[in-house]
Amino acid sequence: MPYLVDSLIALIGKKTLSLLAVLRDVSILINSVFYWTFIAPFTTGKLRIKSTVSEMVKVGYNSIPIVAVISFFVGIILALQSAYQLKKVGALIYIANLVGVSLTRELGPILTAIIVAGRSGSAFAAEIGSMKAAEEVDALKSMGINPVSFLVSPKMLAMLIMVPCLTVISDFVGILGGFVLSVTVVNIHPQSYIQQTINALMVKDVITGLVKAVAFGGIITIVGAYQGFQVSGGAEEVGMRTTASVVSSIFMVILFDLFFTVLFYYFT
Amino acid sequence: MQNESAITIKNLITRYGDKLILKDLSFEIPRSKITAIVGGSGCGKSTLLKHIIGLLKPASGSILVGGRDIVAMNERELNEFRRRIGVLFQGSALLNSMTIEDNVALPIREHARLNEATIKIMVKMKLDLVGLSGFDDFFPAQLSGGMKKRAGIARAMALDPEMLFFDEPQAGLDPITAAGLDELIMKLRDIFKMTLVVVTHELHSLFTIADHIIMLDKGELIFTGTVEQFKFSEHPKIKRFISRQVEEDKYCPEDYFNIITAD
Repeated sequence: MPYLVDSLIALIGKKTLSLLAVLRDVSILINSVFYWTFIAPFTTGKLRIKSTVSEMVKVGYNSIPIVAVISFFVGIILALQSAYQLKKVGALIYIANLVGVSLTRELGPILTAIIVAGRSGSAFAAEIGSMKAAEEVDALKSMGINPVSFLVSPKMLAMLIMVPCLTVISDFVGILGGFVLSVTVVNIHPQSYIQQTINALMVKDVITGLVKAVAFGGIITIVGAYQGFQVSGGAEEVGMRTTASVVSSIFMVILFDLFFTVLFYYFT
Repeated sequence: MQNESAITIKNLITRYGDKLILKDLSFEIPRSKITAIVGGSGCGKSTLLKHIIGLLKPASGSILVGGRDIVAMNERELNEFRRRIGVLFQGSALLNSMTIEDNVALPIREHARLNEATIKIMVKMKLDLVGLSGFDDFFPAQLSGGMKKRAGIARAMALDPEMLFFDEPQAGLDPITAAGLDELIMKLRDIFKMTLVVVTHELHSLFTIADHIIMLDKGELIFTGTVEQFKFSEHPKIKRFISRQVEEDKYCPEDYFNIITAD
């Protein structure tokens, strides 16, 4: 029995210590990412515009088709599912409210974040991880180049700019999907659907969605970079870390979504 | 004295956890010569190299370069120091997403404000020096192992460093390519009077290129001196190393018993 208690306490201790170590590493990374992204460009005059733009193309521009298609489908699904219930009370016009508000406040940002986590977060982890495995990160350091400045800060800037942009596209295309379904299948007059959407949406709905999107962009970058820099062995660890980066960034995105939703519910 | 030292290492100790990796090393690396660090696998020579280029902080001890201790330097000073050295990593560590030209230009673009035309000329000079003219627009994946190493040397040379470090430059190369690389390393010493440090365990190239040899065994310094002294050393481990004998009597029966019965 004492053995069991001992090992239980030891287990709790071990888990706590390893969690603390992770937290320490993550906070060091966050600290240096923010320093190299927002402060160093002013103190050293070094802004990596070229690589930031190329990251923006990879993260943002190349994600537009998939974000648009998925948002369009989700818009249709939302409209259909709301029609199923609203039909019973004869309030089909409220499909416009439901689709508009739920997309801008919630689904637009989170769908975009999940797609970007799968596409770009994993790519960050794989890129940095394989560079770490091939000693390229050490090579950067030995040339006097800070790896966070060279690798992470362009990605961070690109994500902070492009995730909100993608979210706007997602909002718009999603509402379009709801609109297409409503005017064709449910037979709502196009003019009144548009009018109803405009009446239902408030600026703050869109703004809170975009605030979330910015935060999600930051979270995905940090998680991807953290997992990438954790690679110490060879190729198989790169794969493992890439998977871990997707799972934990989706988890972190939803956790922060919960936080922001509660915050905005009470304070807007 | 002609043989002044470029790097002086004093009482260097490293540990991973409880395990002692480098046990109190003290030696000097002479200026403008090729110094080879040799030893069996896992003897700590790569760790030692990482300490000297400032990638890893030792547990204690000091590494004096030009009278300054790099162990005590902060990140900013270290970056200043790293600008004056070049490193060729084992896998050459070129950035795969960039062309050879961009790889070689990277340290120049990062540390100097020059116009593109000047940088292009500098890159062409370095590539010509290592015998890779005309490969500017190739990606690292398109080059052979030996060419990658040459490109890695060109990148390490980009800022005209005072010292160059090589981590097992001959690893994974065929004998002819390796010999070509040896020649290039000697050329760098003879033409540029650079201080070169080569971590290796290739006997043949060791005797071809090295002026000075440092040998480690299980984290301990067992030899430091010239090649001649090394060849005629009476130390049993050096003799075994030179004649490629398998290490006998790894542990006595008692040790073996302790190993298999330990928890």
